[in-house]
Amino acid sequence: MGALPRKRTLVNGERNPVEAAVPARSPIGNTRDRVLEEIAVHINGDTDIVAARQKGRVLAGTLGFSSSELTLIATAISELARNIVLYAKQGEIVLRVLERGEQRGIMVRAGDQGPGIPDVRRALQGGFSTSRSLGLGLPGVRRLMDEFEIESRVGYGTTVTARKWKR
Amino acid sequence: MEVPILKQGPYLIASIQSALSDADLVQLRDALVEQVGRLRSRGVIVDVTALDVMDSFATRTLRDITFMIRLRGAETVIVGIQPDVAFTMVQLGLKLEGVPTALDLEEGITFLSKKDGSPAKETNSRER
Amino acid sequence: MVNEMRESREARTTFGAAHQMTAPTAELLRQLVAHLRQNRTQLREEWARRITEAKLLTAMTKEEIFAEATSVYDNYVEALETGTFEALQAYARNLSERIIPRGVETHEVVGIVLLLRDVLARSLFAKYQNDFALLNRILDAYEPAANRIANTVAVGFVQERERVIREQQEAIRVLSTPVLQVRERLLILPIIGVIDPQRARQLTEQLLRGIRTNRARVVVIDITGVPVMDANVANNLVQTVEATRLLGATVIITGLSPEIAQTLVTIGVDLGKMNTVGDLQGGIEEAERLLGYKVVTFTESADHALRA
Repeated sequence: MGALPRKRTLVNGERNPVEAAVPARSPIGNTRDRVLEEIAVHINGDTDIVAARQKGRVLAGTLGFSSSELTLIATAISELARNIVLYAKQGEIVLRVLERGEQRGIMVRAGDQGPGIPDVRRALQGGFSTSRSLGLGLPGVRRLMDEFEIESRVGYGTTVTARKWKR
Repeated sequence: MEVPILKQGPYLIASIQSALSDADLVQLRDALVEQVGRLRSRGVIVDVTALDVMDSFATRTLRDITFMIRLRGAETVIVGIQPDVAFTMVQLGLKLEGVPTALDLEEGITFLSKKDGSPAKETNSRER
Repeated sequence: MVNEMRESREARTTFGAAHQMTAPTAELLRQLVAHLRQNRTQLREEWARRITEAKLLTAMTKEEIFAEATSVYDNYVEALETGTFEALQAYARNLSERIIPRGVETHEVVGIVLLLRDVLARSLFAKYQNDFALLNRILDAYEPAANRIANTVAVGFVQERERVIREQQEAIRVLSTPVLQVRERLLILPIIGVIDPQRARQLTEQLLRGIRTNRARVVVIDITGVPVMDANVANNLVQTVEATRLLGATVIITGLSPEIAQTLVTIGVDLGKMNTVGDLQGGIEEAERLLGYKVVTFTESADHALRA
């Protein structure tokens, strides 16, 4: 599977041009980030959505984010976890505390092996949805976080990675 | 976790105590829509003070509750949205359009009593 | 003896050059320091005179310049002698702290340090002009230390200035978004100056918290003092209004200038749901009406008082 070409869309990642050069197979896409802590939450149903966002809030809280930023992060996690439940039934949310140079931040990666998104660009436009969500999930998360990447292949699954840096 | 629904005169008050799963929210919606008819309530207050996240699903469910209850002949008001939550909601584009909001329970009751013309306490109008 | 002195000096030194310092260099610096001590009065007078002549530090009086010149001079000589810069650095920061509020500019500070360097170099030249080889060696020992000192003072000043600017920006930010309670349940947010995304965010957070703590029902946002508004700022404003409504309060916007009104319409901001009133006074009256207060104009109340 690793040998298959993957469709990879980079969004908001411009601040780090190195990212684009990272092989598509690399799981997270940024080799310059140092991982200080990692939590994985298995997503199997809607109660896991609540668990994932609560864990994310606590983890981000250790970085000293403001309360409104913590709410933004928790909400982004909620949206990503819900996409997994809605479209793929199950998957995983990985939460990481990152260090990039002087900056620290939190990374949220939502991964599943669901049906994949046929038209990623369209899914990132506001208002588009193939399911019962409002269609605001992905563009909304992109607005809430500083960096946003999505990698999806029909029939194989979707991985969304989003980061927010402490200002 | 089930949300307790209290009957307070002509109104129903649903006071959310902790984070809710999607299923809890749907359960709340169904219970309110059912009880508002059975108890012949004129208004519903959903207190979300305890919610630290209102994502697209929660927002949509609250909107559904409001519209369904309106179709059942009663008015709904959402009270207690936290500043941080409101800030996040507008960034997500979740505006709760067509859904009345009020600061807290007291304000919610004032709003409903004004709405249905009952002479309930008017905490705020005074002459100068 | 010389070797001992060098060792003790090196032990305290903080600048790299000193580590390669040879015994003769150390001896030369010692001679130099002795010369500067002996001629302290004359040299700092000469320096202060040159500062005034060059029209530097114009914000300060002659006496102040002389007093500061004396302190800088002594710290300067000490730095040359010991090779340690902490005292000079601390003094530079302290000096900057005092003179920055008086409007002293970076070029002035750099200017006076370069002048001191020049005054001292000339004095060394006068003293050693008969022994050109010795003069050269003295200058070789003096130059790196003098450059390092000039650098320390200038960098200290710039850092202090940046710190002051940051502090001022923060203070302005807080001051320029005051959430004022004019009466029960009514807040006023007069926005003055340019709004950038960061400020818009702070402003919204402050307002939302203010609504909750004051249990506000109506908020008047006055943007008379906002000079320009682009699509981003307009959208931020719309978001602020929406978030306020989610809390259960109503926003009234006042002071939309003709230019901003035109911009908003041109970029297609949806103002349909926005409650706008011409000026702040009108906005407050509208707010009072929403709150159920009866608005009594001054003439009416005066009439009433007369009749009563």
